[in-house]
Amino acid sequence: MAFAAFSHGGGGGKKVAAPVSKGSGKVALLLLLPGLMYLAVFFIAPLFSLIATSLQTMDISSGFPIYNYGFEVSNYVNVVSQYGPQIFRSFFYALIATISALVISYPLAYFIGVKARRWPLLQGLMLTLVIAPFFISFLLRTFAWKQIFSNESWIVTGLQSIGFLQPDQYLVGTPFMVIFGLTYNFIPFMTLPLYTTLERLDIRYLEAGADLYASPRRTFMKVTLPLSMPGIVSGTLLTFIPIAGDYVNASGLFLGSTETSMLGNVVESKFLKSYEYPTASALSVILMGAILFLVTMYVRKSGTDDLL
Amino acid sequence: MATEFVARGADLELVGIRKEFPGFTAIEDLDLHIPAGEFFALLGPSGCGKTTTLRLVAGLDEPTKGKILIGGKDITATKAYQRPVNTVFQSYALFPHMSVLENVAFGLKQRKIEDPMSKAQASLDLVELGHLALRRPAQLSGGQQQRVALARALVNRPSLLLLDEPLGALDLKLRRQMQIELKAIQMEVGLTFLHVTHDQEEAMDMADTVAVMNKGRIEQMGSPEKLYDRPKTVFVSKFLGQSNLFVGKVEEENASSISINVAGNKITVPKDRAEKHKGTIAVGVRPEKAFFHEEKPKLGAGHNLIGPGEIIDIRFTGVSNQYLIEIPNVGNVTVFAQNIGKSPVTELGAKVWVSWKVEHAFGLSDLPTNVGTETITQSITVQ
Repeated sequence: MAFAAFSHGGGGGKKVAAPVSKGSGKVALLLLLPGLMYLAVFFIAPLFSLIATSLQTMDISSGFPIYNYGFEVSNYVNVVSQYGPQIFRSFFYALIATISALVISYPLAYFIGVKARRWPLLQGLMLTLVIAPFFISFLLRTFAWKQIFSNESWIVTGLQSIGFLQPDQYLVGTPFMVIFGLTYNFIPFMTLPLYTTLERLDIRYLEAGADLYASPRRTFMKVTLPLSMPGIVSGTLLTFIPIAGDYVNASGLFLGSTETSMLGNVVESKFLKSYEYPTASALSVILMGAILFLVTMYVRKSGTDDLL
Repeated sequence: MATEFVARGADLELVGIRKEFPGFTAIEDLDLHIPAGEFFALLGPSGCGKTTTLRLVAGLDEPTKGKILIGGKDITATKAYQRPVNTVFQSYALFPHMSVLENVAFGLKQRKIEDPMSKAQASLDLVELGHLALRRPAQLSGGQQQRVALARALVNRPSLLLLDEPLGALDLKLRRQMQIELKAIQMEVGLTFLHVTHDQEEAMDMADTVAVMNKGRIEQMGSPEKLYDRPKTVFVSKFLGQSNLFVGKVEEENASSISINVAGNKITVPKDRAEKHKGTIAVGVRPEKAFFHEEKPKLGAGHNLIGPGEIIDIRFTGVSNQYLIEIPNVGNVTVFAQNIGKSPVTELGAKVWVSWKVEHAFGLSDLPTNVGTETITQSITVQ
């Protein structure tokens, strides 16, 4: 498995790029060329196309809408006023799901990476279990949860019988269910980078903490947690970003309902169902901009640059 | 907090300590008392249990059996963070995510001592690193990191400071310099130091008392001078400096001395310098206390004389020449002769006799493992 891919998304590249001798400049540029071309063709061009589409004007003079390239900034104003709840929901669900995934993954990753060090076999087995869900399609697994929590399932009837749910209350279609699905689906993306950081945690730092009068709790707060920041940052980025754009879990076909639809669901329906390309594009650009802004702030604030 | 900010050292007492790990016993029934304010060295080869002993005192491992007392108080059941003990780790273990100053202030902050930053700064000044306070540990050299580790431990004024081979990673020159500084600091602050090392010179140079440890036991304990002058076991005689050992049966005994027979040579040792007075025993002498003669000398009863033998190796080490002399049926004997401009013999193959004063001989309690007429002269100084 490509664990390395999960580690230190935050800034692992920095370490590698440190000292470059003068002569290798041209070679490096040459080696970069295919990558740069790829980025230009498959990233920069579509991005411009997306932005251009988001600014298209609508012409309905012929009876049905025709979109022309223009500079219709009101598209943005419209989507924000119209889809404000979905935009908010996207980031709110992403936040809750990311925090839940972190809370669940950290102890798990700590156990695999630190406590299980003496038993490499157990370590390998547990890591395999973390990745095992990937062997089954993400859609199937999400659908399976819908079955498990379906209105007729014993879980729901059980919760209703103990009064936790009202007789007419169900789980599927609720924000809880969507956040549950998001958390479940993205836990491996949180666990793996946390594991790679914690696996390298030097136990001697913890001993030094204890030696310097810090209780286990204080040692965790002052030593373990700061030292695992690179893993926390890359883990939260790897979960938060895709969750904010996710449209499967919140969709009515899976765990959500119209009450839970997120930005991704709106984009999906505008692009694929009602063909309102400018609206969908404007929403996509907003999503991208917001993520970019949040991530930049987050990485700056967490100050992980120091550790890398 | 469990510990107060004391400025004086406390004594350490280990009572019947035993530590078992799965598959082996690291320490067997260890009893040890280190008086307050003393610089105590635990000396031994790797794997002898000295680092385990230190970890038990620090609270990083738990003894299988026995009690640990600091200042008369039983702390066996307390956790590492509750003990008035600080460690200078072999790897330094400086927190990489904190500045040097924050590292040093860490212990003070945990105990909520007032004004941790200025105390930390003062401690850094003591080790002459005040100007690097805001750097990260990774930006310092090995020697500087070592001093930060020392400052980080010292600033807490622990009752007991544990040093886990902290000088091991330094080059010789820096190590000597740090040894002098460490000793000066210990005298200045008056703390109890427990220093674990495999470097016999370091132990002898710095410590008031040295305990030589081997296979989980303390073989011998005492002042460096005493240990060197009068080792009691083969291990100590070889680990602490070098020794020429001769094995033979006790054949003569009088009021003050005993003599053994080594392949026809009579070797005498004073009774009060011998552990055993009967049977087959090992008698040793330090190479610098032995002399060689080109002609058979006429010596009084106060001397041992063996030979003749042949010089088979000469090593020039600067301050002295080291001669290896092969004596038929006895084995090889090492003699150190100082280079004071009149070294007696310098060519290989010369026929010589070796002598030393009876009062310089010592009798051991055990025998070298390769018993027989073969004697052990190679030193096992681990560097």
